Amino acid sequence: MRESTGSNLIGDSGGCGCSSVKRRGMRPMLWLLLLLINIAPLQNAYGVMRFPPPEFESGYQMPTTTTPEARSDFLDYLDIAVLAAALSMAAHLVLWRRSRKWVFVLMLFSLAYFGFYRKGCICSIGSIQNVALAVFDGGYALPLSALMFFLLPLVFALFFGRVFCGAVCPLGAIQDAVLFRPVKVKPWLEHVLATVPFLYLGAAVLFAATGSAFIICEYDPFVAFFRRSGSFGMLTLGVGFLVLGVFVGRPYCRFLCPYGAVLRVLSYFSRWKVELSPNECLQCQICEEACPYGAISEPIVFEEPETPLQRRRSVIQHVIVTLVIGASLAVIGGGLATEFSKVHPTVSLAERVAGEEQGRFEDTTDASAAFRDTGRTTDELYAEAMTIRSEFVTGGRWLGAFFGIVIGLRMMIPAFRQRRSVYDPSPSACLSCGRCYNYCPKELLRVKRNRSLCPKVDSTSPKNSATVK
Amino acid sequence: MSKAEKEKGIERGHSRRGFLSGGFRGAMLFFFGMVTGFFTGKVRAERTVWQIDPFKCVFCTNCATECVLEPSAVRCVQYYPICGYCKLCTGYFDPQPINLDTGAENQICPTGAIIRTKLEDPYYEYTIDEELCIGCAKCVEGCELFGNGSFFLQVRHDKCVNCNECAIAVSCPGQAFVRVPAGDPYLLKTRETAG
Repeated sequence: MRESTGSNLIGDSGGCGCSSVKRRGMRPMLWLLLLLINIAPLQNAYGVMRFPPPEFESGYQMPTTTTPEARSDFLDYLDIAVLAAALSMAAHLVLWRRSRKWVFVLMLFSLAYFGFYRKGCICSIGSIQNVALAVFDGGYALPLSALMFFLLPLVFALFFGRVFCGAVCPLGAIQDAVLFRPVKVKPWLEHVLATVPFLYLGAAVLFAATGSAFIICEYDPFVAFFRRSGSFGMLTLGVGFLVLGVFVGRPYCRFLCPYGAVLRVLSYFSRWKVELSPNECLQCQICEEACPYGAISEPIVFEEPETPLQRRRSVIQHVIVTLVIGASLAVIGGGLATEFSKVHPTVSLAERVAGEEQGRFEDTTDASAAFRDTGRTTDELYAEAMTIRSEFVTGGRWLGAFFGIVIGLRMMIPAFRQRRSVYDPSPSACLSCGRCYNYCPKELLRVKRNRSLCPKVDSTSPKNSATVK
Repeated sequence: MSKAEKEKGIERGHSRRGFLSGGFRGAMLFFFGMVTGFFTGKVRAERTVWQIDPFKCVFCTNCATECVLEPSAVRCVQYYPICGYCKLCTGYFDPQPINLDTGAENQICPTGAIIRTKLEDPYYEYTIDEELCIGCAKCVEGCELFGNGSFFLQVRHDKCVNCNECAIAVSCPGQAFVRVPAGDPYLLKTRETAG
């Protein structure tokens, strides 16, 4: 029982209510009066025990309140194991088995397990934010599954390329499954749009690290399908992406996914890559046509090779441009931080409370009323909000600098591409879907030759070659 | 080194690019190892799940509308040990009832999810039919303001999908949503903690 005078008063009036309760047919108006009397001191009245526990004479047994258990930890470890198994399987199917059919089957399994069964949570894309929050907020305990979902696909990307995108990610799978009429995106447009994921990544890390919001999860377009439930906005976003995905291959993966941005960088250095037949390329261009993700492009030949001096000069120019963009965006980022910080609930609450104190608002919001009930002083709130805002200023500057460097480096890439004489998937852009294997004539010939060495499956080979379109 | 030799070397992966790429791979693996090491002390094998601190709840009805599930994974629970078993329950009856009976027009619950059973005079038992409850907190408000507060909202973990960021938590004006260990996922009131 609370012993303060305020709550005693309420306790007394509650007692009155109790006795009147026992009188049958209390008048509604009387009750309303009681309501009005009680309203003033109610603010500190949460959780006051007004009525003693009843003494039952009839031997009534009190039911217990059910508390359904949360998902068990064992199932969490199972998720990690399934992820590891699916990644290994994907690497095997993409790089050694080289089979589009089996990659597709694995992709459907991932869609069913990580998508519809796990309802899109936990996912590697969202885990970026958990890791960012854990790095910057010591009080946040990072779940093991979030760490593993963050790290495993990255480690796999270092060795096997983006096998996660190809066959494990449920968001990729749902888009891959609806790609019926692929159209080509112009390479320059592709290159420009592929910068967006890096910017999204930077923004997501800033908001997660300051504990403001997990924007990747908030704007996850497909999670409403996985849960078969969601707000109108989420569903519209998801349907929009799927309709777009019928024509443009995997629009989310290529032009938005922040995890894809990390994978893009890492898979550039991968140990094994998706390769067609580099030694016997016919320059037939079928694979270029077949790839719906614009990952295979024509050979790069430089008509006038640069002299080392020209090259050095061009590097220096690019570095200067990058630094200038980075520095200016850092200034802009720091300036916009005040606006960004309003996303944080404490900052927006502090602004609201300050507005009320200055008489700019007549009424209170639920949040400001709840704050006043806690009995904390406004100065405490303002101080907390100012700390968060200063974090945003620092973060905003870093974010701006990051944006600048990303944009600068992306501008540099076309000038520093590696000379290439054959058609081959770019390891960064290749989503490891395995479609091109079904089109490359040399690859099909290789498969056929392998089949004929093995008489058991020989009967299937004519059927297989018939699938060449 | 002749040009032919150089190209042969490139084919075998002995190029400068190949070397740099290998070095980067090694460095990144080392970095991931560091990250794992850094988090080993901080990682809690036990997951956390979302729960509502009933003392911070301000009955704003966001729980009914903001959840990604339809209907919401937040439901009202009746915690019997602190219930007053009132005959005139302000969590059950509308503030201005026409009659004090179980007619729908007299109930505060929009879905009629509260079952009122007479035990012995003057005690009545109130039970929540959880499948009907939508988590709107109307009964919670009534019980909290004039009763013992035995009705309060809790995230029901048989329904909650434990989103990485709870959509209700984002919009909760009382900032009542907290992460709790999955092994002990409810924040129930007791007579001691309540007063």
